[in-house]
Amino acid sequence: MTPRDQLAPFLRRLADAGLHVEAQASPGLAPAQLILVQAGDWGRLGVEAKAWGCRWVAGWGEDMGDDGSASVRVHACFEKAGAYLLARTAVSRAAPVLPSHAAAYPGADRPERHIRDMLGVAFSDHPDARRWTRHQAWKETEFPLRRDFPVAGRPQAQTPADHQYHFLLAQGSGVYEIPVGPVHAGIIEPGHFRFQAVGETVLKLEERLGYTHKGIEKIAEGRDAESLARLAGRVSGDSTVAHTWAACMAMEKAAGLEVPPRALWLRALMCERERVANHVGDIGAMLNDIAFAFGSYQFARLREEWQRVSREAFAHRFMMDGIVPGGVAADLDARFVATMHDEAEALRKQIGRLMAIINDLPSVADRVRGTGVLKPEYAKALGCVGYVGRASGMDFDVRRDAPYPPYDQLKFKVPLHHFGDVNARARTRLEEAAASFDLIEALLAGLPAGPIRAGWTHPAAGAEGLGLIEGWRGEILSFVRFGADGRVARFFPRDPSWTTWPTLELLIHDNIVPDFPVCNKSVNGSYSGHDL
Amino acid sequence: MLRILGKIQRIGIVTEPLPNLDEPALTEIGEQLKAHIGELFGGSLAIREVDAGSCNGCELEINALGNPYYSIERFGVHFVASPRHADMLLVTGPVSRHMEAALRRTYDATPEPRLVIAAGECGANGGEFGTSYASCGAVSNVIPVDGVIRGCPPTPLALMRGILEAIGRRSSIR
Repeated sequence: MTPRDQLAPFLRRLADAGLHVEAQASPGLAPAQLILVQAGDWGRLGVEAKAWGCRWVAGWGEDMGDDGSASVRVHACFEKAGAYLLARTAVSRAAPVLPSHAAAYPGADRPERHIRDMLGVAFSDHPDARRWTRHQAWKETEFPLRRDFPVAGRPQAQTPADHQYHFLLAQGSGVYEIPVGPVHAGIIEPGHFRFQAVGETVLKLEERLGYTHKGIEKIAEGRDAESLARLAGRVSGDSTVAHTWAACMAMEKAAGLEVPPRALWLRALMCERERVANHVGDIGAMLNDIAFAFGSYQFARLREEWQRVSREAFAHRFMMDGIVPGGVAADLDARFVATMHDEAEALRKQIGRLMAIINDLPSVADRVRGTGVLKPEYAKALGCVGYVGRASGMDFDVRRDAPYPPYDQLKFKVPLHHFGDVNARARTRLEEAAASFDLIEALLAGLPAGPIRAGWTHPAAGAEGLGLIEGWRGEILSFVRFGADGRVARFFPRDPSWTTWPTLELLIHDNIVPDFPVCNKSVNGSYSGHDL
Repeated sequence: MLRILGKIQRIGIVTEPLPNLDEPALTEIGEQLKAHIGELFGGSLAIREVDAGSCNGCELEINALGNPYYSIERFGVHFVASPRHADMLLVTGPVSRHMEAALRRTYDATPEPRLVIAAGECGANGGEFGTSYASCGAVSNVIPVDGVIRGCPPTPLALMRGILEAIGRRSSIR
């Protein structure tokens, strides 16, 4: 059964419920099925999708200033059992009001506030009226993604601090507040955490993000394909391969371009290497956060060795800019086919030996077992993807459930756990690394011969593409719409962190403040990938 | 106090000599770094890292300075949790407008004489993000900068070299 067949009953259900829904062919958006929905039906669409068992994937908007309609388009993407549905509606630019999906889908809360801050679309029954991405760099009445908003903006000589955001307050005897950030104690990205605690126990945590907002969606406008690929590679530096791949996939689909098989296999090789590097490095970082220095340094050493080979083979320690529109930037030297196989086996053995030591230590188990539990029902409600979701029973992996080449030709394990604590997330990541070693060996063994890049051709004005990639954090969605002359009109990258940042507020509840670092690291949301 | 100093003197330095496990450049740069830090900072350079809006690529490489290959602490460099303890700010960019006030305050909280290094292409010149409604671009657009380290991101070795150069320039000003 193709994904489209799976969606047919849902579309019938929408029609039965009296919603005016029109399915439209849009090859660039495949595997997603595009449907046009009337603005007044938008809220009921969310309710029906929820009742049908869909996951809310992402939402974004676009000012259609260039088509003369004076409208703002809004998209919401849903997924069920690997079948994607992309719903589209339009509201007038003069009075853009739309029902919210946040009541049915808590995971839509922040994305809708982002759309409101960036585009000025008001979500009429949204449960939270506070701004999200906007701090003090632009006014409440200005919307950076409107076409008439200049990319340079109208900044003040100095941007004031954002000190008037209303955090929810817990009250009662012995309750105190701990503000943390945006400048954190470690070498990590900036964000603000507001804790309400009693003694050592966390009553409530509230996140305030948006500090690294650097206008990625706006400065993408007008770029050519190569330039957009470079920008996508810097949405979140630790996921540079996956984000570049997702953006290139979107652009290639929009252009109807066939990417040579060898290039696709090399992309997957880079993506699996990126997954291993981050999983290995973060296991070390989690051990550091429970003050287990031996483990921390051992895994840091392994990550360094892995990155050095990435640099030799792909010219960059993070393989940044290794993926380009139409293919990959450089071919893999034949000598790496044998050595990378041995390297993967060696790392697999080293991790096994280290984990045999670590698994024997009650002091490690004491800090990670039962710590930071994300209940499966919360993971489901928030639509969590990646290892955070898979450690809490969300059995989804784009590579397996909506496979794109070369994963459609490969067999691999997707680990699944249900307990949802720090330990489960760490186990999931170790098992994912093991699956990546298998994949790397299969990719090397089956690497097709042939060209590594197809010539780029400008897509027609208005051509759209959707990229869906399983990065190391989980599903990345990348939407591109081209304007005239092969220039990008709209780029929206949805990092998986959007689905996992809210979990931290839930899983930290009733844990102790000193366990926050390891809980945070076990989720490891990207600030930059979220803030855009 | 005397008893603490006496204890320190009796125990001495127990740190073992450096193993020769890496490319000569690393040890060479490291030794120079150590000599300069010994002369100018009493053997210890405290760095406060500030991510003022980066994509987090630079942070990965700055973190790598602490792994056993580079082990930058052996040359007297350590990263501290507060700007009030720091001799140097190592700032990555571009400076987002939402981080502008936090960066200024961090700079003001760092005791003088202080050194500021802008690390990475974005910190050096705005990089892929440049200047916009959301980005101030280079770190030097917001606070005075003593040195820049180019690269997207700069490798750990480039970071060590850049820190050394910035200290060297400060010593030649003296």
